[in-house]
Amino acid sequence: MPDKTIAAKVDALPGDTASTAGVVVTDSGPAPEKARSLWSDAWHDLRRNPLFLVSAVLIVFLLVMAIWPGLFTGTSPTHADLAKHYLGKPNWGHVFAGDWLGYDVQGRSIYARVVYGARASITVGVGVTVAVTVIGTIIGMVAGYFGGWTDTLLSRVTDIFLGIPFLLGALVILNSFDDRTVWVVIMALAFLGWTQIARVARGAVITIKQSDYVVAAKALGASTSRIMFRHILPNAVAPIIVVATIALGGYIAAEATLSFLGVGLGDSAVSWGGDVARGREQLRIAPHTLIIPSVMVSITVLSFLMFGDAVRNALDPKLR
Amino acid sequence: MGRYVARRLLQMIPVFIGSTLIIFCMMYALPGDPVRAMMGDQAYDPSVVASIKKDLGLDQPLLQQYVHYMTGLLHGDFGTQIASQRPISDVIADAFPVTIRLTVFAFTFVTLVGIGLGVIAGLRPDTLRDRGLLTLTLVLVSMPSFVLGFLLQYLLAFKWSVTTPTVTDSTNFSQLALPAIVLGSLSLAYVARLTRTSIAENLRSDYMRTAIAKGLPRRRVIGVHLLRNSLIPVVTFLGIELGSLMTGAIVTEGIFNVRGIGVEIYEALTRREGATVVGIASLMVLIYLAASLIVDLLYAVLDPRIRYA
Amino acid sequence: MTIIDETAESPGPQETGRPLLEVRDLHVEFSTRDGVAKAVNGVNYSVAAGETLAVLGESGSGKSVTAQAIMGILDMPPGRIPKGEIFFRGQDMLKMSGEERRKIRGNRIAMIFQDALSSLNPVLSVGYQLGEMFRVHQGMSKKDAKAKSIELMDRVKIPAAAARVNDYPHQFSGGMRQRIMIAMALALEPDLIIADEPTTALDVTVQAQVMDLLAELQREYHMGLILITHDLGVVADVADKIAVMYAGRIVETAPVHELYKRPAHPYTKGLLDSIPRLDQKGQELYAIKGLPPNLTRIPSGCAFNPRCPQAQDVCRTDIPLLFPVTERDGGELVGRGSACHFWKETIHG
Repeated sequence: MPDKTIAAKVDALPGDTASTAGVVVTDSGPAPEKARSLWSDAWHDLRRNPLFLVSAVLIVFLLVMAIWPGLFTGTSPTHADLAKHYLGKPNWGHVFAGDWLGYDVQGRSIYARVVYGARASITVGVGVTVAVTVIGTIIGMVAGYFGGWTDTLLSRVTDIFLGIPFLLGALVILNSFDDRTVWVVIMALAFLGWTQIARVARGAVITIKQSDYVVAAKALGASTSRIMFRHILPNAVAPIIVVATIALGGYIAAEATLSFLGVGLGDSAVSWGGDVARGREQLRIAPHTLIIPSVMVSITVLSFLMFGDAVRNALDPKLR
Repeated sequence: MGRYVARRLLQMIPVFIGSTLIIFCMMYALPGDPVRAMMGDQAYDPSVVASIKKDLGLDQPLLQQYVHYMTGLLHGDFGTQIASQRPISDVIADAFPVTIRLTVFAFTFVTLVGIGLGVIAGLRPDTLRDRGLLTLTLVLVSMPSFVLGFLLQYLLAFKWSVTTPTVTDSTNFSQLALPAIVLGSLSLAYVARLTRTSIAENLRSDYMRTAIAKGLPRRRVIGVHLLRNSLIPVVTFLGIELGSLMTGAIVTEGIFNVRGIGVEIYEALTRREGATVVGIASLMVLIYLAASLIVDLLYAVLDPRIRYA
Repeated sequence: MTIIDETAESPGPQETGRPLLEVRDLHVEFSTRDGVAKAVNGVNYSVAAGETLAVLGESGSGKSVTAQAIMGILDMPPGRIPKGEIFFRGQDMLKMSGEERRKIRGNRIAMIFQDALSSLNPVLSVGYQLGEMFRVHQGMSKKDAKAKSIELMDRVKIPAAAARVNDYPHQFSGGMRQRIMIAMALALEPDLIIADEPTTALDVTVQAQVMDLLAELQREYHMGLILITHDLGVVADVADKIAVMYAGRIVETAPVHELYKRPAHPYTKGLLDSIPRLDQKGQELYAIKGLPPNLTRIPSGCAFNPRCPQAQDVCRTDIPLLFPVTERDGGELVGRGSACHFWKETIHG
């Protein structure tokens, strides 16, 4: 116990009495230490970045909307009143009332549909990003860490998946399913989308693997899993998170595009992309039925892109 | 160099087979049935369906079907469309030039405007015009092409009648302009951002300082030293984008009713016609692979530090 | 006076007796996130044709920024020159138009940078980059420029110049690259060369070769040379006089050998004492305590006072001017000056 306190003190003094510090470092791990300062630096930068603040507020707002749509409107998104149909134009005076944004072709409140549509987009976006990050990180780390034929094989598999046009592949998969739930869409997009993260993770791992502290940990006989999870993963996390956040916006756009093409979520689901597709028929007479959900898609994608951009700028030491 | 090209070509073979095999499997192994799709909602006789399937070879094991299909493809035989009974190669021959025209148009637009905007912003990083451009590109990236497509279609065609809402003649470049801009908007945003970052980074480099210290005129400092270096990553990015523009055509062609491979593949999909889908998809994979090889070679030509053995 | 024969061959408004380059009361500021950084605070120095001035200082002392101001390659914002004059052959370059200055850059005043690998354009052949000098400043054809480039590469002793003229910078060794930088600076036989740490990035053995080459060419072309360095060892053999800079000011000037023998400023003394010497084996090496000042918050009085072993109250309040340094009996010491209130104590012990 007394040893530990001394060790902690030594550790706190940078560049002092190397021999004692060296022992401590292998035990507590230099990686989390380094990561912590990187993250706190990034946080310091982010708090002062207006783009980050605006996008963070928007994202929180959208998340709340996705989880508790009832907070925003009492109108059901599926309640159709044909008397009102799409000729009910937006009524900008009645902010947040049921008829605020007008009615669609079947007389459903566009405001309610927009509020309830958030859930589908956000679930797909977040779900695909999580799935892709997990798959991509594992494959990338294994390929980068073990190298050799494992790397060759996994890299070739990555190349094969990269060769499949993303949108086309998703169209083909989803077109085969008659009942397209959120989970089917997530799995289809994740199946095709993991390559980007895998490449980033592989690159990061190869760089980190050659760094002195990993070589030192190996020399001291640390196990493979310990090196992977204590030393490599914490340092590879930053670039992966950056790519994942930016990709999230892209997946939301992809979901909307697929819904628009008629192979997104099923017809009964409330989704922005689906509403845009249905609004298409009335583009000339009632453009608001198409424009309002379109704008929602764009705002959501923009929020995540700005967020990812700000995080990248904060985490990339080169830009400092 | 020749050795490298040969090795890359050899490596492309398994990737091509892998990618097309996956597409083939997705098309045929997943639920969904072309013969039933052809019959639509009408009542059908299972034995008729079975015999049609047998004729089409759809009752054989999947891998055998794939080998059979690819053998045909290598001989230039793409198969026949079930619904129209036309040879698929004819369908592609009709539709492909349309998509090529659209893609080349979009590509030219992306290259000229994207690089132009990127240079303008990158030369004065962190000024108002730079931030303005970055914001504009973010907005463009956040608009899925169908959103931008409808927005422009509504404004330009319906509201202001500047252009036609749909393309009736794909050789008429004034009609193709709007779809090309919509198709290219996402790539444009990326190219502008990449150019901007690259220019801003190189602007601070030591060799730029040397170029100024040599007393070169500003025109030469920027035109020769800055651009020559900054555009290397942009050129390679553009090569890869050529492939994604082609896939993006599925959406754009649909919005503006351009009769290209995008519309063909989409219609074939709704009819669940595997042969057409896999045929066109294989072409796209091939174009993507060729583009990435060309990009790698171009990279070596542009940057003398890169040498392939 | 060596200047006289120089005047004969260079027409223009240069008066006899005036140095080739004269920097007067130069100030340079940078706007940074933390405020205005005062990088150069009233520097005066001059160089005659054929003369070598070594400017010595740590990083952040303003030695390179002064050189960049002379070249006119300060990034303009964020760099500013609020005050000062830079006379080149009698004309104040700070009053010239951009185009006039451009024609001097590379042509009459040339610069050699520290890291030749990053300072040469990686994607253009060395022949192209050398030939550019002739093509731009003399309107030479591509073919003639190439022939001249080969000649230049021969001149700086690059083996097989004709075969290597189309090679790219990364294909040369560090020493050869620095020779190419020198060749580029020398191309139009300028009147003045500014070498900013020309050998710092090189191996020790190569350093001497490059330095010798530079000195030889300078003698041959009778150029003025400003040698910027933090390495006291490099300076001794080559320079005629030395200016030591600290926090944007010149703290001491002296003919080269005088400075080594009898420093008149505590900072110079500290620098000399911190050179490892063979006859002091086993003793602990001297180090100046503390760190160079933050340029946005330069200490009041003498900027060196927080680190100075001799500092008194006056050092914390009054900025010392560059006092002329004399012998103990008041005898003149040519070219010597020290910006220390206690220079007498420093030099005469």
